[in-house]
Amino acid sequence: MSDDLLPPPDTEVKPHSMTEALALPTGAKQLTLWGDVWRKLKRDKRFYVAAFLIAIFVLMAIAPFLFLTKDPNACPISDSTLPMSKQHWFGTDILGCDYYSRVIYGARTSLEVGLIVSSLSIVIALSFGAAAGYFGGWVDTVISRWADIWFSIPTILGALLVLTLFNGGGPVLVSLVIVMFAWPDMTRLVRSTVISGKSRGYVRAARTMGSRGRRILRRHVLPNGIAPVLVFAAYVVGSSVGAEAGLTFLGVGLRLPTISWGLQLAVADTRFPEDAYLMFWPSLFLCLLIGAFILLGESLRDAMDPKLFGGDG
Amino acid sequence: MSKRYLIRRLLLVVPVLLGTILIVFALVFLTPGDPVNRLAGNKPLAPSTYNEIRTRYHLDQPFVVQYFYYLDGLAHGDLGATFTGRDVTDILKERFPVTLKLTLGAFAIEVVLGLLLAVVAAVKRRTLLDSAILVFTPVIVLGFVLQYVFGVKLHWLPVAGIRDGPSSYILPSLTLGLGLAASLGRLARSNVLDNMAGEHIRAAIARGLPRRRVVGRHVLKNSLVPIVTILGLDFAYLMGGAVITETIFNLPGLGYSLITGIKTQNGPLVVGLVTLSAIIFVFTNLFVDLLCARIDPRISYE
Repeated sequence: MSDDLLPPPDTEVKPHSMTEALALPTGAKQLTLWGDVWRKLKRDKRFYVAAFLIAIFVLMAIAPFLFLTKDPNACPISDSTLPMSKQHWFGTDILGCDYYSRVIYGARTSLEVGLIVSSLSIVIALSFGAAAGYFGGWVDTVISRWADIWFSIPTILGALLVLTLFNGGGPVLVSLVIVMFAWPDMTRLVRSTVISGKSRGYVRAARTMGSRGRRILRRHVLPNGIAPVLVFAAYVVGSSVGAEAGLTFLGVGLRLPTISWGLQLAVADTRFPEDAYLMFWPSLFLCLLIGAFILLGESLRDAMDPKLFGGDG
Repeated sequence: MSKRYLIRRLLLVVPVLLGTILIVFALVFLTPGDPVNRLAGNKPLAPSTYNEIRTRYHLDQPFVVQYFYYLDGLAHGDLGATFTGRDVTDILKERFPVTLKLTLGAFAIEVVLGLLLAVVAAVKRRTLLDSAILVFTPVIVLGFVLQYVFGVKLHWLPVAGIRDGPSSYILPSLTLGLGLAASLGRLARSNVLDNMAGEHIRAAIARGLPRRRVVGRHVLKNSLVPIVTILGLDFAYLMGGAVITETIFNLPGLGYSLITGIKTQNGPLVVGLVTLSAIIFVFTNLFVDLLCARIDPRISYE
């Protein structure tokens, strides 16, 4: 979440609607929509858990060396599948690599995939979904049918097909292939949000005052419809991390020498259930990362839903 | 439901289906390697035999013509033959029941548990049960955990395969169903909460209606459209073959044979499987849209 989206709660800005101004108790500081979201997030325990976990994973991705002392690629084969010890906190893998270091390094790959898929989906959705919803007519027909076609191929199945063509690849390729089949979800969401947003009073007011199409879309419709997109983007990070792990596990996703939890799970599968710890650690980290983004999405959703304003939340 | 909506919705199916099959067909068409040589086990073939096979499978025709031959076959229920000479349709018929059983099991868990979680979570907000919908274990992790705990350690249920009859489907169904139930629960919960804030609900409470009736009659009925939509999508995805789950538990269903097909570069089988899943998807979606228009008549007058 960037700072320009969330002004500090004490920023003095005019209230964005009459009802909200009226709902505020006398003496309370006037709040913007985003100030209000921030205020609600600060009271939500789930948000703190999510932020804490995501911060740790981001740190792991940017500076994995902060967490470890061993080289994840130093693998004496004589040390194969050692149990947990002071030397090797998570034991060692089949090749004798320090498993703790390998698992820590896996965070970067997963986060990379999650963020690429999520941000590309947002870009596609905000351009094509918004155009389809706002302009309607043949623009909507073309974009919506095109989206329907890709939407009809389940993401994992489609990605499995395309990645077989490439015989696997790196995190960027795998992300692009996931986006290829996953983009219609968010595009459909933005389209319907824009459709319901463009008939609102403030949009009609802007049009009456002489604003033109593109400006109305950019200044009025999109900013007010951005909440569901951000919430969905958080879920997309989680689901694409899961999709990558699944595809890699099936043998068509990432390949060595990339360090990824999916690859670790695939190797662990060959030693399952004898060496179950090989399965345990990457699974745990995978769950924590995906869980963090779902928690973030859930807390954002509750904080941004205007219908719940002033409720018992 | 207006007749106009029905016709418009039916007509929409055609271009989407043609486009989807075209994409799948093109993707497999791009796969490197000569299918005729693969059929011959990569042994040298006499040129006349080679050409005869090419003609028989229309491989000498341009891509678009091949696509139309495929569509023609599809319209007659013929999905072509694999490179080993087996009818793709036969393989699909053989694998279909496994995936169907798995789908029904997982779907039942999703519906029952997901709706239960949603209502409980919305009515008893910010409690422990409210957090139960946050189960976010990805299929790949949940599958192995269930397999390890209930199969390997406790010996309560079969670890893999389908030799043990219905009980073989319990763990795979749970693997898929629990995750879907949690995500359905999350969606339904937010929807139920949205509807609870509605004025007609406040009016119903003010009229003194019992809480159960308010939630059941007024809240849930209004949340039905998005819930049915998600259920439809999930059902279609499940029917397409749960690749990861079927791989973990060695269930010889559609997803499992897709993986085998890809690993053995069996193009016709792969196209057949993905085409089948897309067809199921498009028609499930059609059914769901018509159902939603039935539930909420406003939809057909959009």
